[in-house]
Amino acid sequence: MKKEKKEVLMQGNEAVAEGALQAGCRFFAGYPITPATEISEILSVKLPQLDGTFIQMEDEIASLGAVIGASLTGVKAMTATSGPGFSLMQEILGFAVIAEVPCVVVYVMRGGPSTGLPTYPAQGDVMQARWGTHGDHPIIVLSASTVRECYEMTILSFNYAEKYRTPVILLLDEVVAHMREKLVCGGEIEIINRMKPTMPPEWYIPYEDTPSGVPPMADFGEGYRYHVTGLTHDVRGFPTGRPDEIRAFNERIFRKISRNMKAISLVENYETEDAEITIVAYGCVARSAKRAVKDARERGLKVGLLKLITIWPFARAAVERVLQNAKMLIVPEMNMGQISREVKRVNQGVARVVTLNKLDGTIITPQEILARIMEVV
Amino acid sequence: MPETTKLIHKYLRHDKKFPHVWCPGCGIGITLGALIRAIDRTGYRKDDVVLVSGIGCSGRLPVYVDFNTLHTTHGRALTFATGVKLAKPRLNVIVIMGDGDAAAIGGNHFIHAARRNINLTAIIINNSVYGMTGGQHSPTTPYGMKSATTAYKHIEQAFKISELAVTAGAAFVGRSTVYHARYLDTLIEKAIRKAGFSVVEVISHCHTHYGRQNKLGSAVEMLEWQRDHSVTVEKAATMKPEELDDKIIVGVLVDKDLPVYEDEYARIRKQAKKAMESSRWDSAMRSD
Repeated sequence: MKKEKKEVLMQGNEAVAEGALQAGCRFFAGYPITPATEISEILSVKLPQLDGTFIQMEDEIASLGAVIGASLTGVKAMTATSGPGFSLMQEILGFAVIAEVPCVVVYVMRGGPSTGLPTYPAQGDVMQARWGTHGDHPIIVLSASTVRECYEMTILSFNYAEKYRTPVILLLDEVVAHMREKLVCGGEIEIINRMKPTMPPEWYIPYEDTPSGVPPMADFGEGYRYHVTGLTHDVRGFPTGRPDEIRAFNERIFRKISRNMKAISLVENYETEDAEITIVAYGCVARSAKRAVKDARERGLKVGLLKLITIWPFARAAVERVLQNAKMLIVPEMNMGQISREVKRVNQGVARVVTLNKLDGTIITPQEILARIMEVV
Repeated sequence: MPETTKLIHKYLRHDKKFPHVWCPGCGIGITLGALIRAIDRTGYRKDDVVLVSGIGCSGRLPVYVDFNTLHTTHGRALTFATGVKLAKPRLNVIVIMGDGDAAAIGGNHFIHAARRNINLTAIIINNSVYGMTGGQHSPTTPYGMKSATTAYKHIEQAFKISELAVTAGAAFVGRSTVYHARYLDTLIEKAIRKAGFSVVEVISHCHTHYGRQNKLGSAVEMLEWQRDHSVTVEKAATMKPEELDDKIIVGVLVDKDLPVYEDEYARIRKQAKKAMESSRWDSAMRSD
């Protein structure tokens, strides 16, 4: 989609709202929560201007329910929340997974557990985003560390949701969501819409195992009357208890994500080419890490940064690549070590993996990362 | 071909393997029959009807019928229905819930849907018990009754679902029993045609669990109990509150015209477009 480029000063949450509109989002249901509320406020103004719908629901469960309902009619839909709200959404998030309903959940992390630190940053919900809803399931979780990425990754979240018929979580942190920086918005960004059935309704098999693993999705009210359920179902959408059908269903919903790992898994490599020490970071911490790389290079240390943009599925291949020359990996996180476990799992003892964990409601600074580097070299 | 056979051919799913999950004598089947007859009378196209349900015995209803059908999570049917209706207002969205579904786990959504006045029809099949999980007490189990989790008899008061809906602001509220199956047709038809949030409470029975636990007899005996304990809204108005204690008030409890959410939102859209030029968010993003 072509749009005139324009430079503006913008907040992360504001960029999310703009990205959503650009992606074609025309339905938003949400419940006020810090630090995600700006997204609701902006979309409550802008969606009705574009013939879209904004509704403030009675809680976050209702919000995601309404989003899924809207998406079933063919409308791109989204909600935005933070920890307590996301905890409430878990059951319905699983519904979107099993019924394969495209939708986007913007999740701006704050300090937890419980009410925790509503206005302070943290990265404690990385594993919740992966495993929050019950049952084994695939999920796509993206992140952002700049305002530009907030904009782009919101669009990409919709693209992945539509392409793979899955909920996508855009996992932001309070720093990125609330900071303001220059954003060049517009430009050429591809917009993907879900595949719809082209066959006559009587030939439509709503959960057919197509080669891509993603069956075309009919809108409610367009002549394809089919059944949508949270029960494990056969290809026609009807509940099943047959092991062969259960296995085929589960195999397909995993396959549709795993076979597209290359396209889904996004990272940014910064000075990793010759790096002997590579920092693996995401979100606001990746910003500090980039600065720490510059400072370390000035001191003559070969340090690089592997920034994770796609958090889940985990960027195994990208970590394996930096492991070809890195002797050490440093994983700074604003939690007690959630991504570092994944890094260690991929590392398999090849390099030394060093953690830097902080859980005091403040961002990890470049100085702290640099100090950790100096400490371990 | 008899009328019933025609309706079966037209509305039941041919590719769905019967038999259904309900016990012989269950009131949900009677409600399904009434619902089909009511929809048939409205003349709505099957493509334009969306049937949404929650979890429990009643939650299984949509799978058997040839509409756009959506079997959601426990208590949340109204939230999904809200999204469907607002995103595509031309669809006729009907929500089927049980008493646990609508008044316990989904109680919050229920009162807010009533307050919001979106054009949805909520049909609540109230059998006073959680049937599918084996007969535990629900928010409508009367005081002093037994259930799988109240072996020493129930010590809580029951919700009156219809009265709750009236208080929460629903535009249309009606109640029937499954014994009054023909009246149920008319009531559901009225509710579906009503602009705004409409509620039909269907008093049903669970002879398998609640009936057995409380020695209330077979399905037929429980249906007869419904007949013998029903009074019309008009009759109830002439009776003393204590006389109404063990009675089921059947009829239309409220039917009023309120601003419908979708119409109001259409107005908001016009207003928003007018305000677009002066919007503070807008100036940053749009080129001249």
